[in-house]
Formats: sequence, structure tokens, C-alpha cells
Amino acid sequence: MHVAVCDFILDCLQNSIEAGASRIELSIIETPKRLSIEITDDGCGMTDEELKKAVDPFYTDGQKHKKRRVGLGLPFLIQAIEQSDGECKLESEKGRGTILKFSFRFDHVDTPPTGDISGMLLQAIMFDGSFELEFKRELEQDGRSDAYSVKRSDLIEVLGDLNDADSLIMARQFLESQEDDLKEGDR
Amino acid sequence: MAKMTLEELRKLRESKKGELDKRDTEGKSIHIIIGMGTCGIAAGAKESLDSFLEEIEKNEIKNVTVKQTGCMGLCYVEPTVEVKVPGMPDTIYGNVNSETARKIIKEHVLGGKLVDNHIFDRPAADIVKE
Repeated sequence: MHVAVCDFILDCLQNSIEAGASRIELSIIETPKRLSIEITDDGCGMTDEELKKAVDPFYTDGQKHKKRRVGLGLPFLIQAIEQSDGECKLESEKGRGTILKFSFRFDHVDTPPTGDISGMLLQAIMFDGSFELEFKRELEQDGRSDAYSVKRSDLIEVLGDLNDADSLIMARQFLESQEDDLKEGDR
Repeated sequence: MAKMTLEELRKLRESKKGELDKRDTEGKSIHIIIGMGTCGIAAGAKESLDSFLEEIEKNEIKNVTVKQTGCMGLCYVEPTVEVKVPGMPDTIYGNVNSETARKIIKEHVLGGKLVDNHIFDRPAADIVKE
């Protein structure tokens, strides 16, 4: 199972892509007390019944891994949230898309480490497919709030093929500079 | 690091594109496919990806495609990486930590020699298939 919050996010983004989403919004908002994540997609969505099954570790539709009897993506996330007194809300409408919101408290001993946000984002944009990923990041520290946003389509427009190693190296440099700048603030 | 704007990124791309066009004469392409399933990530596939990108940048290797894939079914030797270099058998490497990733770039991609002790695929079978 996953260690860092970013690993969970990457899993959820992959779910959205596999649900046929053409547009995914990801926001990561960090305050001194909480890390809040919101993922919205316009993928195939789920009915209420499917929604219940999605959080059941002993359910899988058997399509992705034919021989597997378990589907652990969301259940592991929910477990990590529950054990660290976080919050989670999953809403979906069949044919319209899914919204997943969750947050972790920084002051709980069982809260997973945040992980490498720019690395996670690099991996997310290099997934195959023509989906749009809009990323919004906010960081509140020392009494003020800073933010940046990145769109996958902008990176593709500037860099071309995102599986080309040169493009990836530049994309990584770009994403890291956004995150570093945010963390350093005006200092 | 100062925050890079999209315009700066575009300029960087254009300056590199010029370099790339000059060198890209043979049109050979190298594929590096990294297993990034849960098992791969847990075993450090992200660090391996970083090391591959660093080495590719450092050695200025052109025409490299880097992709990620799910679990290849070799969870016990994650991180696994498939390397395809023209003129060499397609090879699956296992236990590819940062150090091995550097070795693969140096010995396999640049040196044209397979990296010992990390091969989890029989290159001969690939050759036969082709």
C-alpha cells in the first residue's frame, strides 16, 4: 500500500483517466493545520450502488485485473484517512463524473507524509491519453497565501510530446520551480 | 530556483529544439519504460525515474522516450524497467534503484552492453521473436 498522500492522489488521477475523463481538476490546498485535496473529473461516474462498491475492498469489476478479487485503491485511501482522523467525501453521478474530496490533519501522528508534489504531477501529466489536467495549488504559511496553477494542455503546447525525455526533463524543471518558489515565498 | 513562466519554458524548449534538430540525423529512438504500479512506487520507481532523467540530461542523450506502465508481474524485483535500444535486444531489468538506473544508461544505452545481475527477461527470446 501507499506511503505518501501524493501516491494516493496519483492513484485517484489514474482512476479518473481510466473512467474516460477528458477533463480533470486537481487542487491541493495546504494550511499550517491541514492538507486538503479535491479531484473532479467528467468521467463515466458511478451510480449510488457502484459508489458503495467502490469503497468495498472486496469488490472489483474484474476489468483491469482479470484474476484479482479485491479492489484496494479507494479503500486504502479511506483507511489512511480514518486512522488519522481526516475527512473524506466521494460524490458521483452516472454519466457526469466524480468528485473526491479529502483532507488530512498535520497534527495527527498517523497522517501520511505529503510526498513529492511536483514528482507526482510529472507522473500524472505523462499518462497516455488526451485528457486535460488542471492543477491548482495553494499554500498558506506565515499568515499569507500563495498559489500557482498548471495545465497539462499548456505543457503539451509548449513542450510537445510529454514522453520525450527532453520534454520530461524540462517539465520537471518547470514544475519543481513552481513548487520551490511557493515554499520559499518572498524570502 | 526562481519560478519559471510558461514563456521561459517555451524559450528553453526552443533553444533545446535547435540542438535536437542538429543532432537528430539517424532518427534512432530509445525507449525506457518504467513499472509504476503500486509495487513499483513502493519499491522506489520514482527515484529510478528521477535518476534516468538526470542521467539522460547529463549525458545529453537524444531521442529517448520515457514512459510509465503498470505492474509487469515481477513485483518481487520492483522497480522494473524495460529498455529498448535499437540494435540491442529488448530487456527487462529488475531491482532498478538509482544506482542501477545510472548503470543502465552508462552500460546499456551508451555502452551497448547488458547490465549483469538485473536481467529478468531472456534477451534471446526477443531476438528469436523478431
